[in-house]
Amino acid sequence: MGLSGKDLIGLRDITAEEIKLILDTAGPMKEIIARKIKKVPTLRGRTVITVFYEASTRTRTSFELAAKYLSADTVGLAAATSSVSKGESLKDTARNIAAMGADVVVLRHPMSGAAELLARSLNVSVINAGDGAHEHPTQALLDMYTVREKKGRLDGLKVAIIGDILHSRVARSDIWGYTIMGSEVRLAGPSTLIPAGIEKLGVRVCRTVEEAIEGADVVNVLRIQMERQQQGLFPGLREYSRMFGISPERLSLAAPGALVMHPGPINRGVEMSSEVADGLQSVICEQVTNGVAVRMALLYLLIGGSEQK
Amino acid sequence: MKLLIKGGTVIDPVAGKINKKDILIVDGRISGSGHNLSRSGAEVLDAKGKLVVPGLIDMHVHLREPGFEAKETIFTGTRAAARGGFTSVACMPNTNPVADNAAVVSSVIKRAHETGVVRVYPIGAISRGSIGEELAEIGDMKESGAVAFSDDGMPVMSSGLMRRAMQYARMLGVTLISHCEDKNLSSGGSMHEGLVSTILGLKGIPASAEEVMVSRDIILAEDTGCRVHIAHVSTAGSVRLVRQAKSRGVGITAEVSPHHFTLTDEAVMGYGACTKVNPPLRSDRDLEAVKEGLADGTIDVIATDHAPHTVEEKDVEYDLAPFGISGLETAVGLVWTELVATGVLTPLQAITKMTLNPARVLGIPGGTLEAGADADITIIDPELSWEVDPKLFASKGRNTPFTGRLLKGLPWVTIVGGRVVMKDCKVDI
Repeated sequence: MGLSGKDLIGLRDITAEEIKLILDTAGPMKEIIARKIKKVPTLRGRTVITVFYEASTRTRTSFELAAKYLSADTVGLAAATSSVSKGESLKDTARNIAAMGADVVVLRHPMSGAAELLARSLNVSVINAGDGAHEHPTQALLDMYTVREKKGRLDGLKVAIIGDILHSRVARSDIWGYTIMGSEVRLAGPSTLIPAGIEKLGVRVCRTVEEAIEGADVVNVLRIQMERQQQGLFPGLREYSRMFGISPERLSLAAPGALVMHPGPINRGVEMSSEVADGLQSVICEQVTNGVAVRMALLYLLIGGSEQK
Repeated sequence: MKLLIKGGTVIDPVAGKINKKDILIVDGRISGSGHNLSRSGAEVLDAKGKLVVPGLIDMHVHLREPGFEAKETIFTGTRAAARGGFTSVACMPNTNPVADNAAVVSSVIKRAHETGVVRVYPIGAISRGSIGEELAEIGDMKESGAVAFSDDGMPVMSSGLMRRAMQYARMLGVTLISHCEDKNLSSGGSMHEGLVSTILGLKGIPASAEEVMVSRDIILAEDTGCRVHIAHVSTAGSVRLVRQAKSRGVGITAEVSPHHFTLTDEAVMGYGACTKVNPPLRSDRDLEAVKEGLADGTIDVIATDHAPHTVEEKDVEYDLAPFGISGLETAVGLVWTELVATGVLTPLQAITKMTLNPARVLGIPGGTLEAGADADITIIDPELSWEVDPKLFASKGRNTPFTGRLLKGLPWVTIVGGRVVMKDCKVDI
């Protein structure tokens, strides 16, 4: 059994079995990362190209390490240094990449739907490393891996996602993933940053952050971007922090042993206090380690099997 | 030159009647109609089983010339119109240069005479450059042949300017066509705001962005007494506002585009940029409301908002693609399949909204089959089933969300001034 498609664009169209398969495969991958010699020959002779149209250090490094640990060759294409800035279209860039013989293209793009556009025009595998406000599936997979590792299950857990849901691809992928796996998802954030109709996805939109955290097993805090304030979407960081920031007091409303998560990078003192970010319940650093393992699993499942994947 | 259209079912919106009869055209004009007219010396079109209607009028198209000839030209756009059964089109002023002065208006008319196959009526800009700051020379443009005025696609945000434009237009007795969109509410959006935009992570354009401006323009129309036509109504709220305004006697009319009574925002799933249009494809509820508005007469006109773009422009990330659907060549099929076959409109109502009503809004000839009128006639095969294939379009714009869709009802012949300009989908015959 493997993944049904050639690509991973999002978690909306993925099954619980596929998510389980990826998480199960990530376990042995994590063991590889823990070794002194972090290299297995599984993907030797395969090439992974990371194409990043948006600044990102974490996700890109995570994918590159994942590929390298599996012995794949990696090349990075950054928008600023490539022909993208010369006005080449995404599809033309894609064709050129394919012509160079990549096996997997990892795409980060500021516009929703870019990964799907790329996947439609390429025969090789495309992994969405975040497209606009659409999806960031590998982040959600590593979130779920982390939770499952700590809690032993996903089914029946209460997951609170706090912050700017409107612009968050992580929130969307998390919502799809957690609900597919049987968790209960609650959302809280400024009402101007809660997208229309999201409750129809089977999540509960809470009026206060306290209501969302109450009894939660997981508190996943999103980054609030300064530019959203400039766009007038909320009055200011000070008020945001007072109304939605996760403090030790607010965290105490969660279930005992609740996990604190954040996709990074953190605005300390805004969406989360340093006590919480560095506290005993925080698994933020483990998320980063698990990100490499989950991406190794995904690369393996997409191109590691038979030749004609 | 005589042409006899024989044995067709004639729909006459002026008389409000449908009956089987022949129509005789002599020297470009309708000479008469009746049963078993003599065929002597006439070329005969056997219209048995077909609908013979006044030439269709599309009061909202973008011909793109001058300035954007890669998207469309008057040559190709009028051929697309002929294939779509339209004998007259009114073209929006958002060309380059903008049709905001008599010279551009005259040049469009001249180019249409030189290269077009259907009648072209230019719509002039309301404001200079359509940037919404100062009035364009509306009087001068009217004298040069502009039939209405609009800053389509560049909504007049200043209520002050819009009020003055209406006062001025009233003096001249011309209609203002309003593209109702509050840029403060829609800016940066690329599709309808709702569950689908949330799932896709695309910035939404709320229904209120349209409704706020429909309200404003109704109030200003009432205030000034200017005739105002609301372009491409897309929301339930807009339909309700127009209905209420009409019931208290405000001089407004409204149109809807075929994509807004056919598709909802669900069509955007998959990010196909051919579904990107302004106003955006709305919800089920809006679609139903638009159909109710068509049925009860709130919406007077069906107009395509034909907005051709090149393949390269549309085959990009959704946010980067321009708004617009190439609509001339699918309009009749969509009207017949979605509205007539389903009983939303009778054939007479549908034809009235595509002929007589737009002629009245613009104050142009057409919509009639009376003796003496210019012989602008469209013959439609209402039973013909066909599949939409943009590769066969005469328009340069292949940007349709209807590729592969099966439609029933297709124009068979288009006659402009007694001349057959399209037959069996072929133009230039």
